[in-house]
Amino acid sequence: MKDWNWRLISTHAILIVGVLFMSLPVWVAFATSTHAPETILREGLQLWPGSHFLETYREVLFVEGGVMKSVLGTTMLKNSLILGIGFAIGKVVISMLAAYAIVYFRFRLAVPLFWVIFMTLLLPLEVRIIPSYEVVAGLGLLDTHFGLIVPLIASATGTFFFRQFFRSVPDELLEAARLDGATAWGFFIDILVPLSKTMIAAILIIMFVVGWNQYLWPLIMTTKEENYTLVIGIKQIYQILAEGGELPQYQKAFALTILATLPPVLVVLVFQNWFVKGLVESEK
Amino acid sequence: MKRVQFEHSSLPYLFVAPQIIIIAIFFLWPAMQAIYQSFLLEDAFGLSTQFVWFRNYSDTILSPSWLQAAGFTAIFATLVTFISMGLALLLAVKANEVLRGASTYKTTLMWAYAIAPPVAGLMGNLMFNPLIGDLYKFFNAIGWDFNHKLDAFDAGFVVVLISVWKQVSVNFIFFLSGLQGIPKSVNEASMMDCNSPTRRFWTITFPLLAPTTFFLMVINITYAFFETFGIIDTTTRGAPGGATNTLVFKVFQDGFRGADLGGSSAQSVVLMVLVLALTVVQFRFIERKVHY
Repeated sequence: MKDWNWRLISTHAILIVGVLFMSLPVWVAFATSTHAPETILREGLQLWPGSHFLETYREVLFVEGGVMKSVLGTTMLKNSLILGIGFAIGKVVISMLAAYAIVYFRFRLAVPLFWVIFMTLLLPLEVRIIPSYEVVAGLGLLDTHFGLIVPLIASATGTFFFRQFFRSVPDELLEAARLDGATAWGFFIDILVPLSKTMIAAILIIMFVVGWNQYLWPLIMTTKEENYTLVIGIKQIYQILAEGGELPQYQKAFALTILATLPPVLVVLVFQNWFVKGLVESEK
Repeated sequence: MKRVQFEHSSLPYLFVAPQIIIIAIFFLWPAMQAIYQSFLLEDAFGLSTQFVWFRNYSDTILSPSWLQAAGFTAIFATLVTFISMGLALLLAVKANEVLRGASTYKTTLMWAYAIAPPVAGLMGNLMFNPLIGDLYKFFNAIGWDFNHKLDAFDAGFVVVLISVWKQVSVNFIFFLSGLQGIPKSVNEASMMDCNSPTRRFWTITFPLLAPTTFFLMVINITYAFFETFGIIDTTTRGAPGGATNTLVFKVFQDGFRGADLGGSSAQSVVLMVLVLALTVVQFRFIERKVHY
């Protein structure tokens, strides 16, 4: 029995060390963001929150020149939300339609088109980043939401997920619907979409996080400050800190990391079960 | 495929059209461009271009800076994959064992999934800041002459640490769900046969997790190759002297900062081939040894 107790204690100890390893950096980032820059420079990183919470976050979010030259934190927050939500919705709509065609229709180009879609999985945006930029620039889409979001939708992760799910839907459903005289579009909207509700929610959550966290693409796509997302703001503040100034505003840099982290983390925590289900299922 | 399908001449094309059009414009076209440009040499002013066959390739692959980046990427990807998967597996096994607090552990171990790599990079960068970073001070205090701005090993250490930190949660989620998928009866039977938990793990549990492990290896290598761009760009930026350049970071640097389009395109193409080869190898050789 004693042996068993030691085992239990060591199990909890390992888990607690793991939790600290994962959480402490973010906690320290938050705590430090609530201190005055002089304090941080004098004493280093902070473990407990200080008295400058409102001041720091007010400046970062609402004051012009508070963190970037002209763009407000709230504007970056808005841009991040547009990217996250637009990406998630666009991805779900486009991939559901494509998956529906591939699974439920017999048509000549089904197989070759399927392979074209499959290919996008193998070559991520990063390896074709410069020609992609040129194409988008050539179409005059730099600094637009359309140019930012649509090229990201090109990869086929969502399509595969829905293809898998549609294939698991019993054939009898379609047979019954057809006996009742359902059209292709009617079957999709009235039966398949409601049936996929949980899956749609799960994919929306994952894709929101993926979209929100985009870095390289928005970085080269946005040239005007007013189009920065929070994650791009991270890059800018890195630059500002690297160049150095009179008094480095470390608290604002930390505040920005917290602001960029909070929304996707909240989404994942609130919808934890859907998120895990979606993540694990989608990769099968 | 479905036993019953719609027979319709134009409707399916309408449904796949949005995806195919996006892929054609924003995937196929740029990919072709990359291949085409990789055969061209532009003069310094961008006024004229010349078709040079494979010169960009030979210049690229034989250049010391590319070989250095390739070497670093290989070591980096191996370390990140093994360390983050190892840590995640340990934590998942333990989280699967406990009854009390299991859901709290689960939540607090997985939420870092939602953090963007560059955000993790900047946080880590500040923790290693020579002025305020306690980790920087700590390593120097314990007698490690730590300076990631000058020392290649130290810089690599910083990048690997942050990349591992960011990746543990994804691996944890998959390992835990893999462990929970193992039937109770299997665990009970193995308990009767074997008394040592360690041996039980390596002979029963670990082989049953093989599909998850295989899949995660693919995910982690892809992550180390591509998604760590944001971490490198907010920490070392390849410093010191290109010692922490990954291949993707170098493509970006040569193409945008150095404006060497042909060379950068050739690197992109080499990278595409590498990724394709890696995928094929993984499917052909590793999957064969995995029992589903």
